Amino acid sequence: MDPEKLKERVLTLAPEAELEENKQFLTFFIPAGKLHTTALRLKEEEDTAFDYLFCQSGSDMGKYLMVVYHLESTKLHHELVIKVKTEDRDNPAFDSVCDIWRTAEFHEREIFDLLGIRFNNHPDLRRIFLDENWVGHPLRKDYQDEVNIVEL
Amino acid sequence: MKEVIHTPVPSVEEEEYHINMGPQHPSTHGVLRLVVSLQGEIVKSLKPHCGYIHRGMEKMCEKDTYPQIIHLTDRMDYLSAHINNHAVCLLVENALQIEVPERVKYIRTIMDELTRIQSHQLWWASFGMDLGGLTCFFYGLRDREKILDIWEETTGARFLQSYYTPGGLMWDIHPDFQKKTKEFLKYFRKKIRDYEKILSGNVIFRERSRNVGIMTKEEAVSYGVTGPSGRGSGFSCDVRKHHPYALYDKVDFKEILYQEGDTLARYMVRMDEMYESMHIIDQLIDNIPQGDFSAKMKAVIKLPAGEYYQRVETARGALGLYCISDGNKTPYRLKFRTPSFSNLSALDHISRGFKIADLVAIGGSLDLVIPDIDR
Repeated sequence: MDPEKLKERVLTLAPEAELEENKQFLTFFIPAGKLHTTALRLKEEEDTAFDYLFCQSGSDMGKYLMVVYHLESTKLHHELVIKVKTEDRDNPAFDSVCDIWRTAEFHEREIFDLLGIRFNNHPDLRRIFLDENWVGHPLRKDYQDEVNIVEL
Repeated sequence: MKEVIHTPVPSVEEEEYHINMGPQHPSTHGVLRLVVSLQGEIVKSLKPHCGYIHRGMEKMCEKDTYPQIIHLTDRMDYLSAHINNHAVCLLVENALQIEVPERVKYIRTIMDELTRIQSHQLWWASFGMDLGGLTCFFYGLRDREKILDIWEETTGARFLQSYYTPGGLMWDIHPDFQKKTKEFLKYFRKKIRDYEKILSGNVIFRERSRNVGIMTKEEAVSYGVTGPSGRGSGFSCDVRKHHPYALYDKVDFKEILYQEGDTLARYMVRMDEMYESMHIIDQLIDNIPQGDFSAKMKAVIKLPAGEYYQRVETARGALGLYCISDGNKTPYRLKFRTPSFSNLSALDHISRGFKIADLVAIGGSLDLVIPDIDR
């Protein structure tokens, strides 16, 4: 599907989605509450068929924390990026998508580990790289670690 | 008389128990721990424990300039060092819209394919050894030395080269590079027949790998299993075909696909890919054009504010770099989507119901590189 048609299609699936201009991929911000239903429809609908989550990443943007989903359809070969954000830094949480794309199970554990974002309904949300007793989440911009991070 | 109560003792077949495989286990090829839940010798489930060599690369990158990041990416998937470097270079070049000289594209494509061959050679060597064929290890490493020698002459390093720079290469190729590469191709075309004889055509090997660790195409897509492991399940995911970079849209090569999805299919993909890589180098090695080995670059590289995604095909699958730049000389956030990390996530699912000895074969056929998982 060409980007213009895809844009309209996504807006009919999720009318609240906000388009981000001038990006490499067609990019939308989705309200956090609508993430799971939108993601499921993007995968299940025949004309979108986004069956391949090729990258899932989290980021601390200062004002808010966000999770970015890079999607591709292996049948129709179009691409889409959806993002969700939250301003709650103390207890950020989104719905898990690992029942839709199984690769999300590990990626969400990584985001939880390094950014402290929780995922509801995740089957096994534990730290993946760092020790269970580690304090803090290193990829947060306000993370302080005087032992392991040497400021030059 | 006191009645004796017999509590039933569960037999070995019924009782489920856990064993640790790794972190120091020869078949994990690095420090990866698998907690395997077994019933008898059947794998019920397994949990990978990663992070033994987590170095916080993504955090480090937030303090490093783009040329410095190149040296870090060598150390992720060390068997695809050139290709990882290529990803960072392409990220910078595409963001700044720099056209690199043709000569650079030729050299980079040849180097990338040599990387793929040597990575598959080492994989073949260790995979054979995991399944009990020690000769494989000697054969594989013997032939890989030849490529390392070629690299040593040109790049000065055998393992972690950091040869690519944004805009081009560190320096030009050695005068003997073309001659030595052609000699190697001639040599390896003979030797790869031994590989086929000793393992591909070996009955014991085929019986141990056929119908073991089956992954369907849908599972491969859902788990994001790319590279030869995904293509063994019929998942057409070759970045070189779908999103060509360097000279991959100009050279002739096939995307190897097998539909079976078992360990043998994943093995066959890598064997065939070595022939394809040699075929690609054949087309380029005599035609490297004269010219500069680097485009003119500013001393300080700053990417315009925005988001960039760059992907390349490493020997293990699709490597993605997701960069958020705020216009400074260091990235605001750089995420590495590494192929081994996603490939590992499928291991639990595909090894269930098989024997623990098969787990060694399945793990080997996914070709995991542990620093690529941990980063």
